[in-house]
Amino acid sequence: VNTERARHVLSEVVGLVAPEVDFDGLDPATSLREQADLDSMDFLELVALLADALHADIPEVDYPHLDTIDAAVAYLGARLD
Amino acid sequence: MGEFRMPSLGADMDVGTIVEWLVKPGDPVRRGQVVAVVDTAKAAMEIEAFESGVLERILVGVGTQVPVGTPLAVIAALGAEGGKTGEPAVEPVAEPAAGPAVEPVAGRAGVPAPEPALLASPPPAEARRRRRKPGQPRPGAAAGAVPDEVLRASPPVRHLAQQLGVDLATVAGSGPDGHVSHEDVLAAAAASGTVLAAAAHTTGTRLAGEPGLGSAAASVGAVPGGRLRATPRARRLAAERGIDLTAASGTGAGSAVLAADVERAARAHAVAQAAQAGPATEPAAPTTSPPTSGTPAAGQGEPVPTGRPAPRAADPDRRAAMRTAIATLMSRSNAEIPHYYVQQTVDLGPALAWLRAGNATLPAASRLLPAVLFLRATVLAAQAVPELNGHWVEGALRRADRVDLGVAVATRGGGLITPAIPDAGALGIDDLMARLADLVGRARRGTLKQAEMAGASITVSSLGETGPDALAGVIFPPQVALVGVGGIVERPWAVDGMLTVRPTVTITLAADHRASDGRTASAFLTAFAHALAHPEEL
Repeated sequence: VNTERARHVLSEVVGLVAPEVDFDGLDPATSLREQADLDSMDFLELVALLADALHADIPEVDYPHLDTIDAAVAYLGARLD
Repeated sequence: MGEFRMPSLGADMDVGTIVEWLVKPGDPVRRGQVVAVVDTAKAAMEIEAFESGVLERILVGVGTQVPVGTPLAVIAALGAEGGKTGEPAVEPVAEPAAGPAVEPVAGRAGVPAPEPALLASPPPAEARRRRRKPGQPRPGAAAGAVPDEVLRASPPVRHLAQQLGVDLATVAGSGPDGHVSHEDVLAAAAASGTVLAAAAHTTGTRLAGEPGLGSAAASVGAVPGGRLRATPRARRLAAERGIDLTAASGTGAGSAVLAADVERAARAHAVAQAAQAGPATEPAAPTTSPPTSGTPAAGQGEPVPTGRPAPRAADPDRRAAMRTAIATLMSRSNAEIPHYYVQQTVDLGPALAWLRAGNATLPAASRLLPAVLFLRATVLAAQAVPELNGHWVEGALRRADRVDLGVAVATRGGGLITPAIPDAGALGIDDLMARLADLVGRARRGTLKQAEMAGASITVSSLGETGPDALAGVIFPPQVALVGVGGIVERPWAVDGMLTVRPTVTITLAADHRASDGRTASAFLTAFAHALAHPEEL
C-alpha cells in the first residue's frame, strides 16, 4: 500500500516539476533526472515537494536513493511505514 | 507631465506588446509602481512607472506592438502645475478624471484645492479586479497586484510593515485619504493574531468540504504566540489559495514565509490530497488538473492551483521569437566584442563540505545548491575587480556601482533567458539562494519583472553540476564579462606533493578586451577561487 502511494505521489510531483514529461512512459530502472531532464534546481524542488507532501524529511545524503523511479518508490515507501 | 515610454528590457529587445494595463486614466501612479504588463520576444514582464503622478491618458492599447521608446501613456505630475506660475498649462489635467489622489494635491493657481472628501480612496480591490476582462490572459500572478498599500503608505512604512509581517491591505489608515502611518502598522502588528484568525476564517469557509485543507486551515489559529512571520504577499496568496501558512516552510530572512513558499505548499497540498484519494482515482483528479484554456493566471478563484502553467517556451511561436532574439544579440556580441578567455580549475572540496554540513540541518526548501556558491563567488570577485563589472558604452568602460548579477536560465523545452538579481552584493548567501530559486521559477513561468530584465552588470552561465567540463561563453552586450561555470568533476589533485581526488570545477571567464586585459581577468579568477576556498566567508 505504501509503495503504491509513494509511486502516486512521485508521479504527481514529477508532473509538477516537469509538466511535459510522461511519467508512465519513463524507464523505472534508469536515472529519473536524466530522463525527465531535471537540473539541480528542478531536483531540489522535487525533493521539497516530496518532503512536504509526505511529511517526511529527505536529507541530502539520501538523494542517491531517488536516482531511479524504482529506488525512489522503495525509499519513499519505507519512509511512510 | 511626462510621457511613459516602452522601456528596453534588455539589449535584445526592439519591440514590445502591451498585454495589460494595470492602471486606467485618472489613477494615481507612483514611481516604481507596476503599471502594465509587456510581452517581449522572451517573456511577459511587468513594467514600472518612472515617475509619480496621475495617469492622464493611455496612448497604446492592449495587444498593440510598438518599438522601444514609443510613448505608451501620459503621466501628469502631481502638484507640478502649482510651481509653473506664468506658464499656461498646455495640456490641462482632466479634472473630473483626476480621481483619487495619492497625497493632498497642492491647489493649482486659481483653482482651489479639492475638498478632502473628493479625494476618494484608491479603488477597492474588487473594482480593480473587475477591470480585468474575464478570460484575458494574465501572465504574471503578481501583475494584478498593484496593491492599494503602494498608494496608501510611504516606502518606509511599507518596509516596516513587511518587516513586521503586516499586510497593509488589511490596515485601516488613520491619515488623510486613508494614508497608513507608522503607528497604524505597529497597532496592526500588535493585533496580528486577529489578522491571522481572520485569514483562517476565510480559508475555512472557502474550503468547507475539503477535509485535508479544512483541517489544516483550522490549525492556523494554533500558531504559538499567535503570529507567524510572512510577507504580505505570502499572506495574501495563502488566503487566496486556502493554504495554511504554518504548513509552508519559510525560506525568507528569519524563516519568514515568502510567496514562493506558499506556492510550493499549495502544490504539495494538492499532491498530498491526490495521494489520499489514492491511485484508484484517475491520475489527474480534479484537484490536479492543469490550468485549461491557455490561461496562465493562477489563483483566480480556484482555491488550489496545482499544475504549473505550461512553460511559455513550449509555444512554437515564442520559441522561434526567442531564438531570433538570442541570434540577434549573440551575433552582435560576436561582431562587436573582442572576446578573450582565461580559465582556472578550482578545488571545490572545502566549499562542498561546508554546503553539505549546512544542508544537513535544513529542510529541502532551504538548502543551498552549489550553483549559489558560484553566484556568490562572482559577486565577491566583481566587487574585488570592478573593471569587469559594468558596461561598454560609447567607446568607454562605465563601471557599475553595484553588482547586478545576470543569471543565464535555460527554459524547459529550449531557450535561454538571462534575468538579473539587482544589487546581489547586498544579499547573503541564503538570501541569494532564495532569490535564485524564485528567479529561475519565474523565468520559466514567464513572470519576470522589469527590473530583473534590464541591465545586469555581469552574468554567470552554467550548464549544471553534471554538465560539460568547461563553458566558454559569449558576453551579453553591453556587459564586459561573463563567467562560465563547468560541471563539478572529480579529478586527481595534488596537495602538498601528494596526489588525491577532489571535486573540482573549471571557471572560464570571457572578457571584453576593449575594457580589460588578461591581468585584470586573472585577478578576477584569483578572487573567485579564494572565495570558494574560504566558504565560511561566503
